[in-house]
Amino acid sequence: MKRVYVNEEWCLGCHLCEYECAFANSGETNIVKAFKRDRKPIPRLHVEDAENGIHFAVSCRQCEVPYCVLGCITGALSKDEKGIIHIDENKCIGCRTCMLMCPYGALTINNNKTVTKCELCTNNNQEPACVQNCPNNAIVFEERE
Amino acid sequence: MGINLLYPKYEVIRNFDRCIECRVCERQCANEVHSYDPELKRMVADESKCVDCQRCVALCPTRALKIVETDNTFKKNVNWKQQTIEEVYRQAESGGVLLSSMGNPQEYPVYWDKMLINASQVTNPSIDPLREPMETKVFLGKKPKNIELDEAGNVKTILEPQIELELPIMFSAMSYGSISENAHKALARAATKMGTCYNTGEGGLNKELYQYGEHTIVQVASGRFGVHPDYLMAGKAIEIKMGQGAKPGIGGHLPGRKIGEKVSQTRMIPQGSDAISPAPHHDIYSIEDLRQLIFSLKEATNYSKPVIVKIAAVHNVAAIASGIARSGADIIAIDGFRGGTGAAPTRIRDNVGIPIELALAAVDQRLREEKIRNDISIVVGGSIRSASDVVKAIALGADACYIGTAALLAIGCHLCRKCQTGKCNWGIATQREDLVKRLNPDIATKRLENLLTAWNHEIQEMMGGMGINSIEALKGNRLMLRGIGLSAKELEILQIKHAGE
Amino acid sequence: MKKKYVIIGNSAAGIGGVTGIRKEDKAGSILLISNEKYHTYSRPLISYWLQGKVTRENMSYRDDRFYEDNQCETRLGVAVTNIDANQKQLILDNGETVEYEKLLISTGSVPFVPPIKGQKEAQNCFTFTTMKAAEGIKAILNDQSRVVILGAGLIGLKAAEAMINQCKSLHVIDLADKILPSILDLETAEYVKTYLEEKGMVFHLQTQIDKIEDQKTFLSDDAILDYDILVLAVGTRPATSLAEKAELKTARGIVTDTQQLTSKADIYAAGDCTMSYDMSAEMDKNMAILPNAYMQGEVAGLNMAGKATIFEKAFPINSLGLLGMHIFTAGDLNGECKSVTDGDDIKKFYFKENYLKGFVLIGDFVRPGIYANLIRQQTDCSTIDMETMMKTPQLAAFSHNERFKKLSAAH
Repeated sequence: MKRVYVNEEWCLGCHLCEYECAFANSGETNIVKAFKRDRKPIPRLHVEDAENGIHFAVSCRQCEVPYCVLGCITGALSKDEKGIIHIDENKCIGCRTCMLMCPYGALTINNNKTVTKCELCTNNNQEPACVQNCPNNAIVFEERE
Repeated sequence: MGINLLYPKYEVIRNFDRCIECRVCERQCANEVHSYDPELKRMVADESKCVDCQRCVALCPTRALKIVETDNTFKKNVNWKQQTIEEVYRQAESGGVLLSSMGNPQEYPVYWDKMLINASQVTNPSIDPLREPMETKVFLGKKPKNIELDEAGNVKTILEPQIELELPIMFSAMSYGSISENAHKALARAATKMGTCYNTGEGGLNKELYQYGEHTIVQVASGRFGVHPDYLMAGKAIEIKMGQGAKPGIGGHLPGRKIGEKVSQTRMIPQGSDAISPAPHHDIYSIEDLRQLIFSLKEATNYSKPVIVKIAAVHNVAAIASGIARSGADIIAIDGFRGGTGAAPTRIRDNVGIPIELALAAVDQRLREEKIRNDISIVVGGSIRSASDVVKAIALGADACYIGTAALLAIGCHLCRKCQTGKCNWGIATQREDLVKRLNPDIATKRLENLLTAWNHEIQEMMGGMGINSIEALKGNRLMLRGIGLSAKELEILQIKHAGE
Repeated sequence: MKKKYVIIGNSAAGIGGVTGIRKEDKAGSILLISNEKYHTYSRPLISYWLQGKVTRENMSYRDDRFYEDNQCETRLGVAVTNIDANQKQLILDNGETVEYEKLLISTGSVPFVPPIKGQKEAQNCFTFTTMKAAEGIKAILNDQSRVVILGAGLIGLKAAEAMINQCKSLHVIDLADKILPSILDLETAEYVKTYLEEKGMVFHLQTQIDKIEDQKTFLSDDAILDYDILVLAVGTRPATSLAEKAELKTARGIVTDTQQLTSKADIYAAGDCTMSYDMSAEMDKNMAILPNAYMQGEVAGLNMAGKATIFEKAFPINSLGLLGMHIFTAGDLNGECKSVTDGDDIKKFYFKENYLKGFVLIGDFVRPGIYANLIRQQTDCSTIDMETMMKTPQLAAFSHNERFKKLSAAH
């Protein structure tokens, strides 16, 4: 199954992936409008800026053994037949148990106070926006088995 | 001291209706032009540091930025242009030699743009390159006077070593040190994939790149940086750099700030101090000395590699070329005055040397007159900007072309001409790790391959249009060119007719 | 009636069991029995429902088609009265007998009702672990209600959170010297208590109820509190009565091995009713933690269907919000404590030598799972940059090779 993988040596820490992710998942058609709102859209992946010029993006690994799904108290998190893990916003009550279960810290709180995470842009009808807009091939969408 | 007389050359124009304060410009400018002001809650820019490299413009996700030349102008004066006045100010402040990067930007005639290419129509039908075979393959090296066959029909004549190119374009010498490791990797890989060669320049050769040796020309320059026996054997050919189009008469210059550990190791020089190659090779003071060096190199490599001698295009270039042809060199490379450089004194870059078009025509003509044209192949560089320039060069007599600036443009260079600062925002002309990272060789290699593929196809189209189906038939075929807006003298030197004739 | 797999219990562990079985065996028949009549619902959500934050429909733990999609037959609203381990059959309270090949006991826990004088006759007295209890409270709750809650643990405080803005007064009583005694230390408990007091809750610590009479509670500190609603939330006990009757080995819950097998062949147990090994405190205990319950259920199901699987990484883990304050706790809080100040937020880490054993985070923290994973994987913290890690949870604290395994290697 294709996942988003990191090529750490090429990440420049420009954070464009975060902005493009937030925009792609914002439901808006104009990136400027999306970010001029009072509540700015939230990215679903997180770029860590470490010392020594090391940067890398962390997004949901769509784990084979998804601790977030196993721990979800409402059943809002589920895994589909393709292996992608989704959150049903209507069922999530923001208890944050999944955030405590995820070994990568891939889940975050969105503007509705529910939890959100990368769903490989399946709800945006496109290939992952972060990968498409990375200027340096630092994140890629491919199979690595 | 005193008043700063230099007003910033560029203005950073930000459209605040579009800016979303994503701060990518701030993170990606090595000159620290942009920053976020938390009190004003918006981005601000210090235009005095901007070099118009266009990195921020290219990366801005909402296209909110543009860089424009300031319209703060001195009083108009054709003789004392603003640029000239500012150069005097800079020298009054620093007391130093003005340094510049990349090729001569001044207003001199560009002869490529004053020559037109033929096309066939009625009497000699054109050829469709998508349907007919088109030969763009070239062999560089000394060609024999005649060929003898044995009884079985095999070639008996001993042939000198040749460089086989799939197309008549090579990447010219750009040293490791002036450009980054990642840029070199990309050039090496693209040259290998496309069946041509790239040139190490005078920076030596990285061990990791020895694997591309079959497509590498190793350069021996006056500083002899990085030259040792393995280095000579690693390449496909050896190039002795006698001169360079951007700075004829002087040696290479790598500012100390661009010499870190790896550059120091590869060049075999100390870190941090300027690497200035001497003006002459101190063991070459006559044409006989050059012959001696050529044959020393051939001995050292078992006569297995062609030797190239690279010179700058200067006044007596035809005579020099003739001497080189007789000295045992297999290939001569001529670099015109528009050629690029990592760093050169501004006055020399802008005022010394002659156009490659004229030099090429003169050399080709002289060698033919002396009946030694086949003893040596001619490669030209110094601002070959497009496939049409390549076609014109070959028609004027070149066997192949070197491209330098064009290759760097393909991988992201925006010709901001600040390479000497070592802060290239595109990861090309820098050694800073955080900046070199920006040039991903996977991406850059693909772009170089695309450039060569595109140019090769265009060359085939233009050749087909002329009714020619091989480079051989285009070489030195001056009848395929016509001058336009050239004086009688220029036409005479170029040995071409005027359009209409 | 004969079924291949029978599961007693319809909450996290039971549902995990169904999922686990079906991962390995798509055909074998499954029967799920529960003494509650509802479609599987998320038990922790009863306080959110009482608070008005979720609708009854949204409380389903799995969607409406879950049983159908997993070919799972159900008997809801039916209790099991007896397990005959030798004959391998169950007797239900509707008279039916069910034969099984493999049995999963996931009966969960039951609230402990303390023996207080007058409790049995007390009016409007509720425990708070079932939908029925929540419905009972909602029926009588109004803005004039005076609420008294016995127990300042997780259940008691969630009940308090649900009602504080819908009632007239709310008192919480606990015998311990701190609120949330099972997951916080004294200092952090004090911090949370102050916050809740500012929201209107009144606490009586180191106190108990001596007597209940005429809708009044008589406290051990001589205070007398009138109530309209009394909630007893002093704790839960594993529901082991069926297991004990069947002579399964029990201690602090049904004893199971790492494959969730009990002391009798073909009988498995999972969830709040079991005793399991807490790998952070390094001892056996009853851990009523929903994520662990579900994971145990899946493991039990897989083993029942023939795929040998083990679960040995259980440790306490809690994420709760209380009126806007967010608390993350994990593991064991005995050990060398390192506190990191972060403005008003609290961050405490508990170490045993170089191993992180537990932590408490109070505030709007992100990515706490990275800390939890240090416990789960028993990471030797001297191999990572622990100083940086404690400031902010980050993968950058790991070595480059570790990061490659996490983010770049095939997953």
